[in-house]
Amino acid sequence: MTSIPELSDKTKQRGKLSRAIYDARIRSAIIQALTLFTVVALLFWLTRNTMINLQARNLSAGFGFLDVSAGFGIGFTLIPYKEGDTYLRVFAVGIMNTLLVAVVAIALSTVFGVLVGLARLSTNWIIAAVARSYVEIIRNTPLLLQIIAWYFGVFNLLPRPRQSMEITGGFVLNNRGFYLPGPVVEAGFTLWLGILAVSVIGAIALYIWAARRLERTGQSFPAILTGLGIVILVPLLAFLVLGSPLSWDMPELKGLNYVGGITVPPSFCALIVALSAYTSCFIAEIIRSGIQSVSKGQLEAAGALNLPANWTLRRVVMPQAMRVIIPPLISQYLNVTKNSSLAIAIGFPDLVSVWMNTSLNQSGRAIPIVAMTMGFYCAVSLSVSAVMNIYNKRVQLKER
Amino acid sequence: MKRILLTGAALAALNATPVFAQETLATVEERGILNCQVGLPTPGFYALAEDGTWSGMDVDLCRGVSAAIFGDPDKVEYQSVTSAVRFTALANAESDMLSRTTTWTAVRDTQLGLDFTTVNFYDGQGFLVPADSGITSALELDGGVICVLTGTTTELNLADYFRANEMSFTPVTNENVNVLVETYLGGGCDAYTNDKSGLAARRSAFPSPDEHILLPETVSKEPLGPVVRQGDDAWANLVRWVIFGMINAEELGVSSENVDEMATSTDPNIARLLGSEGNIGEGLGVKPTFMIDVIKMVGNYGELYEKHIGANTPIGIPREGTLNALWTEGGIIYAPPFR
Ligand SMILES: N[C@@H](CCC(=O)N[C@@H](CS)C(=O)NCC(=O)O)C(=O)O
Repeated sequence: MTSIPELSDKTKQRGKLSRAIYDARIRSAIIQALTLFTVVALLFWLTRNTMINLQARNLSAGFGFLDVSAGFGIGFTLIPYKEGDTYLRVFAVGIMNTLLVAVVAIALSTVFGVLVGLARLSTNWIIAAVARSYVEIIRNTPLLLQIIAWYFGVFNLLPRPRQSMEITGGFVLNNRGFYLPGPVVEAGFTLWLGILAVSVIGAIALYIWAARRLERTGQSFPAILTGLGIVILVPLLAFLVLGSPLSWDMPELKGLNYVGGITVPPSFCALIVALSAYTSCFIAEIIRSGIQSVSKGQLEAAGALNLPANWTLRRVVMPQAMRVIIPPLISQYLNVTKNSSLAIAIGFPDLVSVWMNTSLNQSGRAIPIVAMTMGFYCAVSLSVSAVMNIYNKRVQLKER
Repeated sequence: MKRILLTGAALAALNATPVFAQETLATVEERGILNCQVGLPTPGFYALAEDGTWSGMDVDLCRGVSAAIFGDPDKVEYQSVTSAVRFTALANAESDMLSRTTTWTAVRDTQLGLDFTTVNFYDGQGFLVPADSGITSALELDGGVICVLTGTTTELNLADYFRANEMSFTPVTNENVNVLVETYLGGGCDAYTNDKSGLAARRSAFPSPDEHILLPETVSKEPLGPVVRQGDDAWANLVRWVIFGMINAEELGVSSENVDEMATSTDPNIARLLGSEGNIGEGLGVKPTFMIDVIKMVGNYGELYEKHIGANTPIGIPREGTLNALWTEGGIIYAPPFR
C-alpha cells in the first residue's frame, strides 16, 4: 500500500482558487457582478454629470415641478382634466390618450388586416387584385403624409357645426369632431354588470366542459353557439328586467358647437384611420405569408381524412400558420404604439405631444420629462412583447 | 473596435461641460457668423422671401447685432424652429440669440437658463374670428373650439381667461403655426388666438384678410423681446444696447438717411451715440462707431417699425397712441441714455 503524499495547505488553496475560476457558475456570477457594477457606476456618473451640466447652463432640474399646476387646456382627455391641474395629471392624460390610440388602432388594423390578408389569397382575381393594390399603395406611402392627408383632406373638410351631418341616433359628424351618445349610468347598472360577468364566466366554463368532453368521449357539443347565446341573451333580458339601467346623453347643438355625449376630435379620427390603414397592410401580408407557409400536403392530408372545410382551417391550417404569424405581429403592435407619436403633427394630445412637447416647453424640465416618456414607451414595449411571447410559446411546435 | 471608439466618443461628449459663459462674442467673431433664431416665417416679424432672404422687425435686431460686430448686417445665419423648441435650441447653444416675438415671463427668465434683454414690442393677446361668424366679443366664445400654438404663453392665457370668465373651450393645438392656421381657415376652430401683432401678421397673409375680424378684448400683456443664454452678461449687454441704440437714435432724430451728416453733429447726445465722443463701444467689445453701422445698415427703431409692421404695411399696426410709440409721444418705448 503506497501512501499519497499530503498536499501542502498552500497548494490546496491554489487548487480551490483555480477550480473556482474554471467553474463556469462562479465565473459567470463574477462577470455578472462586474457588469452590474459597471452599469450602476455608469448611471451614477451620467446622472451626476447631467446635474453638473444643467447647473452650468442655469437650468432647473428635478421632479419637483410635477405637482405644479400646468395651466394649459388639453383638447381631448379620457380621464377628467381641467385647466389648473398638475403636470403629473398631464402625464397621466397623455399616457391614457396614447394607450387609447394604440388599443383602437391595434384592434382595427388586426380586423382589417386579417380580412385583406384573406382577400389576397382569394381565388377570385378581382378581389385578390384589389387587396393587393390596397396593400401596395398604402404600405409604400409615408405614414406621416397619410395622417396629414386624412386630417386636411377629409376631416377638416367636413361641414361646419351648423351644417353638421346628423346620422341617426345621436351620431353627428362635422369638422370639429365626431359626436356620439355618451352612456349615463343609472341605478341597477352594477347589478347588470355582475350578471354580464356571470354569463361570460358561464359561457367559458361551458366551452371548457365541451372541449374536455370532446377529448374524453369524442362527442362534440356546439359550445361556441350556445355560449354566444348565453352571453347575449341573458344580459339582454336582465337589462330589460332592470328597466334599462343605462341611458344616453345625446349631443346637441348649443351655441357654437355640439355639447353632451362623447366628442372625438378630428385629429383622433385622422390618426386612427391612417394608423389602422397603414398597419393593416403589414398585418395582411403577415397573415397571407403565414397561411401560405402551411404546406399543401397538410391540406391534402386533411382532405384525405374528409375533414370539413372549416375544421381544416381551424384545426389544421391556423395552428400551424399562427406560429409564423405571431412574432412579426408582435412587432407590428409595437410599431403602432410607437407610430402613434406622429399624433403631434396634427395636434392630437398624445403623450409625446402633451408631455414631451407642451409640458417640456412650458416647464423647461427637459431631462425628467424625456426620461419619463422613455420609461413609458419602454414599459409598454416590454409588456406587449412579454404577453405575446407567452402566447407564442403556447402555440409553438410541441414535440411529442 | 469602431463601436468601442464611438461609445468612448459619446461618453466623452457627455462628460465635457461646455463653457458657455462669457464667450459668446468671441465665438461669434471667430465663426464670422451670428446664429440668430427666428420662428416659422411670419410676415412683418420674421418673413422669408422666395429667394431665401429673411426680413422683418425681429430679423432686423439680428441684423443690427451683426452690423455692430462685423460692420455688415448680413453675417447672420437664421435658424427657424417651432416655438415649442425655441428655448431648448437656445439653451443648448445652437443659437447665439433668439429674436422672435417671445414674451418675457418670470419662469422663462429664471428657470430655463435664459436671459431676456429688453422689450422691443409691447403686445397683448387677442382673438381672430371669421367675420361671418357673427361673434363680436371674446365673451361670446363660450363652448368654442379655439386654435392655439403649443409651448406659448398664449395657451396659458387662453386657459386663464376662460377659467376667469367661467366659460368652457376646447383647444386645438399644434406646435406648427402653419398647420394651425390651415385648420382655422378650414373652419376647424371658432377662433384663432395669439398675440395681437401675430394675428395681424397672419391675417395679412390670408387669401382674403377682410373676412376675419380681431375681437376687441386684449386678454394678457405680452412684452416681446430678444433672449440670450444666461451667464454671459457681456453678450446680453451687447444685444440690449444695440436695441437701446436704435431707440435712442429715433429719439435723437438720427436715421439711416441722415446718419452720415449726424456723425459730425456737435450735439453731445448724438456724438456719444455715434462714437465721435466717448467710447461706449469699448465696454461692449465693439468699435466706438458701431451705432453708425447699425443705423446706416439697418435703421432706427421707428424706421424698422414703419417699414415692417406700421400702418402703411400689409400688417398695418398703427403706432400712434399705442404703447409702442416713443415715450416722448405718449408711448413706453424708452431707452436709457448713451453715456
Ligand atoms: N408671445 C408668445 C407667442 C409667440 C407667438 O406665437 N408668435 C407668433 C407670431 S407673433 C407666431 O406665429 N409664431 C410662430 C413661430 O414662432 O413659429 C410667446 O412668447 O409664447
